[in-house]
Amino acid sequence: MDFTPHTPADVERMLSALGFGSVDDLFAHLPGEVRAPASLDLPAPLAEAEVMGHLAGLAARNAGLVCFAGGGIYDHFLPPVVRALTLRPEFVTSYTPYQPEVSQGVLQALYEYQSMVAAITGLPVANASLYDGATAALEAVNLAVGATGRRTVWVSRGLSPRAREVVATFARARDLTLVEHPLAGGRTSWQEGAGPDPAVVLFAQPNYLGVIEDYDAAVGVAHRRGALAAASVDPMLLGVLRSPGAAGCDLAVGDGQSLGSPLSFGGPGLGLFATTSALMRRIPGRLVGRTLDEDGRVAYTLTLRTREQDIRREKASSNICTNQGLNALGAAVHLAWLGPRGLAEAGRLSIQKAHYLADRLSRLPGVSPAADGPFGREFALRLPADPEVVVAAMAARGYLAGIPLPADYPELPGSLLVAVTEKRTRAELDGYAAALEEVLQDA
Amino acid sequence: MPEPGGRAASSPLVGGSAEPTLAALSAEGRAAWSFPALDVPEAALDLPEAAAALPPLPEVAERDLVAHFTRLAQRSFGVDLGAYPLGSCTMKYNPKVCDWAAELPGWRDLHPATPPAFAQGALAVLLEAERILCTLTGMARASFQPPAGAAGEMTGLLVMRAYHASQGEPRSRVIIPDSAHGTNPASVSLAGYEAVPVPSNERGMVDLAALRRLVDGGVAGLMLTNPNTLGLFEQEITAIAAVVHEAGGLVYYDGANLNAILGVARPGDMGFDIVHANLHKTFATPHGGGGPGAGPVAVAEHLARFLPGPLPAMLPDGSLGWEMPPASIGRVHGGHGNFLVVVRALAYMRALGGPGLRRVAERSVLNARYLKSLIAAEYDVPYGEPCMHEFVASAARLKRDTGVRAADVAKALLDLGFHAPTMYFPLIVEEALMIEPTETESPETVEALGAALLAIARCAREDPAAGHAHPHTTPVRRPDDARAARQPVLTWFMEGS
Repeated sequence: MDFTPHTPADVERMLSALGFGSVDDLFAHLPGEVRAPASLDLPAPLAEAEVMGHLAGLAARNAGLVCFAGGGIYDHFLPPVVRALTLRPEFVTSYTPYQPEVSQGVLQALYEYQSMVAAITGLPVANASLYDGATAALEAVNLAVGATGRRTVWVSRGLSPRAREVVATFARARDLTLVEHPLAGGRTSWQEGAGPDPAVVLFAQPNYLGVIEDYDAAVGVAHRRGALAAASVDPMLLGVLRSPGAAGCDLAVGDGQSLGSPLSFGGPGLGLFATTSALMRRIPGRLVGRTLDEDGRVAYTLTLRTREQDIRREKASSNICTNQGLNALGAAVHLAWLGPRGLAEAGRLSIQKAHYLADRLSRLPGVSPAADGPFGREFALRLPADPEVVVAAMAARGYLAGIPLPADYPELPGSLLVAVTEKRTRAELDGYAAALEEVLQDA
Repeated sequence: MPEPGGRAASSPLVGGSAEPTLAALSAEGRAAWSFPALDVPEAALDLPEAAAALPPLPEVAERDLVAHFTRLAQRSFGVDLGAYPLGSCTMKYNPKVCDWAAELPGWRDLHPATPPAFAQGALAVLLEAERILCTLTGMARASFQPPAGAAGEMTGLLVMRAYHASQGEPRSRVIIPDSAHGTNPASVSLAGYEAVPVPSNERGMVDLAALRRLVDGGVAGLMLTNPNTLGLFEQEITAIAAVVHEAGGLVYYDGANLNAILGVARPGDMGFDIVHANLHKTFATPHGGGGPGAGPVAVAEHLARFLPGPLPAMLPDGSLGWEMPPASIGRVHGGHGNFLVVVRALAYMRALGGPGLRRVAERSVLNARYLKSLIAAEYDVPYGEPCMHEFVASAARLKRDTGVRAADVAKALLDLGFHAPTMYFPLIVEEALMIEPTETESPETVEALGAALLAIARCAREDPAAGHAHPHTTPVRRPDDARAARQPVLTWFMEGS
């Protein structure tokens, strides 16, 4: 099966209009040595029903586990309205709105996304999304290096290990110096006297262990050293926690998957990116602005384009072309569905349930908190057994128990990161606790 | 007249009434959300960093929310509505069976930290898509982590960097044709290299003599699209690759135009070492208003050890797991890339199979050649070699005769129900219109598009003033871009300030 409409008669008619005898004539000018072998080892075509059977079979080989894993990607309730609207074919099958006259819907939706990201981050300007939280953290570093002319970057060890890896991958190529600041008692211990002045001080709020950081400490150290303060935030907690803008941050980034995107094995989600008016012209990626058309009607268009790669080429602020438009639409729909009170309630419920579970689990023999400090909806537990083994045994009982920490934090042996969302029911929380008790008894 | 569209859910089916923003539709106390009541004992928590106030999000009922976004959808043009000949973007039809596959709960509800034993199906998707992609490109291994084409370029350049570092000879420059897509030089700079342009010759292809002069031991590699951005197949590609290889450099294939050669020719056989593909172009995954895409990077055997990781692998016990390449450049995405995009692409690859994938190339080239011939009377193609899946026409003659420019032609096409081609790119063609009909348009649609382009030129010759005035029938007319940049209004909160 393919999706070309041409009949054999169509092909013949078109070839003959072009003066060709066969389809191969279209490629007659390709040098012989680059022609592909006649029979590439590719699978045979399938009918639609067969494609569906094959993919459904593969999907069925993944276990449907009750999710207690987080680390930036969370299993929140997604209202059906998100799916209904993000599956509208006009949104799904359009491209970057280069022709604003026929793209007003996409443009206005992205403008509303930008507005709502500004609303939750407390910063005046947000872009139309980046790939994910890790690459958004990288872009924050990029922006800060460009804005300050400095080549040292301070990163909290509480920033997601995935984000730190992505930042490190690019820092190596660009000869940036990364200075990691350790965690002490669950929170970042800023080494204020460290080395040369940094371009940016990058931390997570709450941090990877779920602990709520001290905003004033992080922002203070950044600004005393003349650096930008950048927080990677959990958007679902921004109805209950102080916003990065209110706390004085210059940049806010984060994984936006919780807003409108399913877990999706980690992608596509989206990366949040917001900043101050002063840094507006250094923002990476797409920006939608509101203007007027030639008849004086409100119109939306891609704007401040001189930052971008197709105009500035090697001098562009970023190489980004495509972003995560459809996921940004989903985030806009989800945020509008939540509204201020729904967002706050999602955060409150998640935090309450996380504390209930943490309390229950901490009473199991040999189990204790692995980090001090107040936490939100995610917490680190010290287990009396290898967390990898525990996760496997819990999976066999139907639970994705969390993310083992020792691979990323050798200083936290035997530890497991557990996340709770408002979607988890008391039965699931109690079931998790009972299953863990069994698993630890067997271990 | 009352506010068009109003605060109630009503909208004319046709016409340009403005849609209010969600902020304008918001009323305090209105809501769409619901959550089950807290079913555990409430703890008295006194958390630090508590918010002093609720965020200023809109408050709307679900009914109004749905009406709002549905009206926005109706103000957007997509492939499902009609032909979208946007050159270099490959706006082909996105099969619904692929969307169906991406909706399966088996991966929609799968967390990226799931232990491999419980994610065997997802790992199998990655391995199967990798095998097909490598067969089509003539490469050995691929990573699906890069979430977009530009991210793929960056990844490929980091692989290039790691390779030269492993050879003990870091290099500083990457050569790019002057016709290249803007992401190429931007990626090169971000990867810490200097971008060096190589000119095109009079045929629109890489000037081999100029390339020879540029290549030395300081050149890390060459980035090339083939067919190139003019839609032309680089005739001397094997010689080009040899020049770079002889100096110890690597040759990078930008997969923007892979559609034209699927199953017909392979980058690996042309001498390329690193390839990125755009799943959202060649493999029919939807563009989503600007993403999500996916830009997997495939490499020849000698570079596999540098790929981003972890990569899926068959373990000794026959199960699938993750494995870090020995000299990996590290992660380039926080998860496993845009996985659901890979699911869609795999469904597409399996539906078409070997013969269908080759037909993609055949019919995309056939449609482009046919359209080029249909409009030849009015639109010159300055680089006139046989085109592949797209061609770059010039409105320079029309502009000289009537003052009507490429942008005017593009806007007139909108009035005739087609999306516009890519305009003013590549830069080496004056008044460029880059046209890519794709293989999924019928001959009748291609003929209608050709007739529309000819009619636009005819009208411009009869009434040049009217030729500048399009579009008329769209929800808005040409926006004031200068005003948008001078007084940026990027959120509701900046309106009226």
